[in-house]
Amino acid sequence: MNALLAADLPYWAQSLLRVLGGIVAVLLPAGTIVYVFLFKMMSFMQSRLGPMEAGPYGSLQLVAEVGKWLQKEDITPERADRFIFKIAPLVVLASTFLLVAVVPFGPDAWFTNFEAGVFYMLAVSSVSVLGILIAGWASANKYSLLGGLRAAGQLIAYELPMVLAVIGVIIQAGTMNLQQIVVAQNAGSIFGWDGLGNPYILTQFVGFIIFMIAVQAELTQTPFDMPIAESELVSGYMTEYSGFRFLTFFIAEFATAGVFALIASVLFLGGWGIPFAWFDWSTIDSVDDWMNVVGPLIMVTKMMLLAFIIMWVRFSYPRFREDQLQRFAWKALVPISLVNIMVTAILKVAF
Amino acid sequence: MVAADLLVAQNIGFGIIALLMIVAALRVVTVKNVVHAALWLVIVLSGAAAQYLLLSAEFVAITQVLVYVGAVMVLFLFGTMLTRAKIGAEADLNNKNWGIAVPVSLLMFGVITWVLIDGFGDERLPNPDEQTQVPIQVLSDDIFGPYLLPFWALSFVLLVAVIGAIVLARKD
Repeated sequence: MNALLAADLPYWAQSLLRVLGGIVAVLLPAGTIVYVFLFKMMSFMQSRLGPMEAGPYGSLQLVAEVGKWLQKEDITPERADRFIFKIAPLVVLASTFLLVAVVPFGPDAWFTNFEAGVFYMLAVSSVSVLGILIAGWASANKYSLLGGLRAAGQLIAYELPMVLAVIGVIIQAGTMNLQQIVVAQNAGSIFGWDGLGNPYILTQFVGFIIFMIAVQAELTQTPFDMPIAESELVSGYMTEYSGFRFLTFFIAEFATAGVFALIASVLFLGGWGIPFAWFDWSTIDSVDDWMNVVGPLIMVTKMMLLAFIIMWVRFSYPRFREDQLQRFAWKALVPISLVNIMVTAILKVAF
Repeated sequence: MVAADLLVAQNIGFGIIALLMIVAALRVVTVKNVVHAALWLVIVLSGAAAQYLLLSAEFVAITQVLVYVGAVMVLFLFGTMLTRAKIGAEADLNNKNWGIAVPVSLLMFGVITWVLIDGFGDERLPNPDEQTQVPIQVLSDDIFGPYLLPFWALSFVLLVAVIGAIVLARKD
């Protein structure tokens, strides 16, 4: 097993494996989140069973749903801007695939080892706004346009707290490379005790809360679902989409939830690592090869935990009003995260 | 012609992306729909980001995506969609002064080319494999070292612009 993991593959084989791994890393969390949380957990919270017929405990319901969406007619509204209408869901999904490219899953199990990984993640996550805006516009429907505009306003407003919340982590780790942030957390120690490493959720708890709120808003999950508010805008920018284009939006929504949960676990929960002191590792080169197998499992566990929180909030709270939503971002989250950066910087210099 | 330091793949990539950028830039000014023009501009700006990546300047490339694609273009689209963004062709998009733009853009092209050739000439980028320091650290050391004063001045100008915009926009 170790020999297999240490094998030197040619560049093209590595690239192929990474592309396949990226597809798995996008689709698998999306499917899991939809089944476990959207189908089952929501049903239990509402005192019902949820899907039970397709497969044991309804576990094949997802396959049935995908089959249903794929055979539906692909409708384009008559007065829509056809080409842009058709590519808009793909732009949103592309942003998700670009996002997963920086997530490290193990000491060697990464897609790209970007030096400015955190920065890259913030940049490509804002590309999905473009897709949502043009989807709303190209539908030639005033509800869709309103939904698109609301989404853009909301995503711009919550992009900023997200950037500012992450800066605390960057200051503490001293690097923007996600792989090195993982190492810094697991090789760290709390006042000399290294049994737990130093996951930044302890020192950057404020940043973690702000990041998760911003993620909730970026994903347009309730209580931030103004853009797709079904009781006033039908379903916003997605109104005119049917068949597999709707499915694309749907996959993108939950895949992005999964990827953001992965990124949050890298930034705040120690990522793929286990505290290095347990096995007397010191740097990333001394980490054993079997972490490339265990690492992804640890990542998925942490992702499920964070996705659970995202979905729990989603099913528990009522929707914000548009002005409340903007005021919350600009007057609460941004000032708190600025103070967080200042305090982190002062403590970093002091210690 | 076959030199060891000739990066063939990079040159081919540069050519393809540059061609795409030129076509897209021409479409920005010829297309008959405001939103389509903005989307062609997105392609031009993303192409610039891709060129930076080919030059192994990843921080600049990401900044290009974050600032121009993620923020400026979204604001452009947001603004046009709030005010005027019909679907389909519009007849009166061209201003009657469009002819002036041709010499201005030629002049800009000349000046930028001259500045680049005059400033860098035959200088070569260091081979990325031989760099010991992380490029981002070099960049930040430069910005917050010798260029600290211009950086402060720029931040101050931006702050003034932001406050000015708020003052202009407020009615009370």
